[in-house]
Amino acid sequence: METRVKMSTENTPQPNSLAGVAAARVREPGSAPLGSGLEARGVHAWFGSHLALENVSLDFAAGTVTALIGPSGCGKSTFIRTLNRMHEFIPSAAMAGEVLLDGKDIYASGTDVTRIRLQIGMVFQKPNPFPSMTIGENVLAGLKLAQIKYDGNKDDLMEETLTRAGLWNEVKDRLSAHAGGLSGGQQQRLCIARSLAVNPKVLLMDEPCSALDPGSTLRIEDTISQLSKTMTIVIVTHNMPQAARVSDYTAFFLADGGPGQMIEVGPTNEMFSRPKDQRTENYVSGRFG
Amino acid sequence: MATTTVLPRKPWKATKADLIPVFGALALAAILDFVVVAVTPMKGKIAYVLLFFIFGAGFQMALKWRNLGKRAAIDSLAGSVAIAGATIAFTPVLSLLATTIVKGAKGLYPGFFFHDMSVANYQSPLNQGGVVQAIVGTLYLIILATLISLPLSVLTALYLTEIRGKASGFIQFLVQAMSGIPSVVAGIFIYSALLLTTSLRGSTIMAALALAILMIPTVTRTAQEVLLLVPQDLREAGLALGATQWKTVATIVVPAARNGLITAVILGVARIAGETAPLLFTLGVSNKINWNPFSGGQSALPYYVWSGLGDGTELGIDRAWSGILVLLMLVLTLFVVARVFGTRKVKIK
Repeated sequence: METRVKMSTENTPQPNSLAGVAAARVREPGSAPLGSGLEARGVHAWFGSHLALENVSLDFAAGTVTALIGPSGCGKSTFIRTLNRMHEFIPSAAMAGEVLLDGKDIYASGTDVTRIRLQIGMVFQKPNPFPSMTIGENVLAGLKLAQIKYDGNKDDLMEETLTRAGLWNEVKDRLSAHAGGLSGGQQQRLCIARSLAVNPKVLLMDEPCSALDPGSTLRIEDTISQLSKTMTIVIVTHNMPQAARVSDYTAFFLADGGPGQMIEVGPTNEMFSRPKDQRTENYVSGRFG
Repeated sequence: MATTTVLPRKPWKATKADLIPVFGALALAAILDFVVVAVTPMKGKIAYVLLFFIFGAGFQMALKWRNLGKRAAIDSLAGSVAIAGATIAFTPVLSLLATTIVKGAKGLYPGFFFHDMSVANYQSPLNQGGVVQAIVGTLYLIILATLISLPLSVLTALYLTEIRGKASGFIQFLVQAMSGIPSVVAGIFIYSALLLTTSLRGSTIMAALALAILMIPTVTRTAQEVLLLVPQDLREAGLALGATQWKTVATIVVPAARNGLITAVILGVARIAGETAPLLFTLGVSNKINWNPFSGGQSALPYYVWSGLGDGTELGIDRAWSGILVLLMLVLTLFVVARVFGTRKVKIK
């Protein structure tokens, strides 16, 4: 656990030094692995014979926050679900391409998919705390479900993860209450805490704030900023200001009548101030979508 | 944009290379199974099956443990236990089905579906007489019992899930209690309430009433469960458009639960199709087709089977097996028809 955090800090380039590099870092399938972080190479996704996502290559350097933006139905959620192998739960689903975690293809034969999902956590659009568990049990659910022996003090872990998720002060007196009694925003932060307790390398967030009020949204954005020091975050959002606030890089997806494609990726400030593609310009300025 | 064609893959599906060790392990388990049964005192089919399961599950676990570790090994064991459980549950069912087909096929000839028993008796050669009167009777019984019990059951379920009136708890209790009624009691109830005290005689409708008593709790319970699965949001959406509760239930809730309600009817029909006991007191007797469900005796497939077994002769028992086979085919056909015509086609993009 300790080593992993240390490693990722070492490999984390400072956000400033990365400005302008992201587009260049996107590589073709088959090129040499970056060695850390998460890399999608030529990812295609199908539902039955319907091609939903075409040829997306996108690198997520360790310790960065990448926002995926684009209108509904452009394949953002499909894409994010290929990153931790959730896509395959849909019976008709198929894919092509590679997703590399620390240089290894997570779709390679013989991969332990449960271990992949342990390293690449996910927060869903709708808060989904486990209804039969208390708040405390929810936080530690990952350890129990993944059968991890945790050597440290579990109470400390609970406090640490809840603090990182920005929820500790609100729930510290009722850890043994059921999670259903929390508000939507609190439930979502509980789900984030639950994902953090197993210390993933990457956290995928699929519109985590779409059902929340502005106060809860701001708290979760704070949480994301805190977390990005120790992990790689990919966030799907429809909220442009949010993408601008929390992310280092932004990728714009669009399905222009055909399959969803990634139109452009770059440092967030450039994507919002001077995007290269006219369609990105139109979207971020609110002219369509 | 590169124009190279990319083919869809399913990398999560096991490849042939993945399956070779799996089947290899199973083959090894089979060989070891035969060896162990040969050299140890453990004998018989059960020993073969049990040892094969133990060896097979063990080898799969070892394989998983080697490749993916302990967690995957335990996962594999749980999978093996589930497969074993399904096998244990399905073996008697398949055995019953196979026995019925083998034994029932003996008495089947085309005329079996077109002739009635007025031209033959149970001791006649198997190429005489048939069950057309019993097929008609059973269809009448299923249709009438469904017509009687479906509205009552759905309305009861709606009372319990939508209206939630003061009597809900009591009615729930009654439905629960009704599902425990032995089928013969339903027959005796109709017999003593309607036949013994009046000048009415056993007929199709009387037997259908007895069967409806058995069908109501099954359909009600299932209908209740599927109605509870309809999201509360949908009800609220309907009410928020200014609809009355009745309109919301009739145009939104019930259609949303439609597939589940069909399952409820199928389960209800499955409950009654093979019932014999309630028919003994209520159906009367007929060896010819009786098209009038309201008067005169009627025949039915379970009754035909019961009579054949009661006859006790070899020919009678052969006829009973054929009757069971025809009943199975009839019920299966009804279920397929209900699924095909009752299921709403949802167009998937």
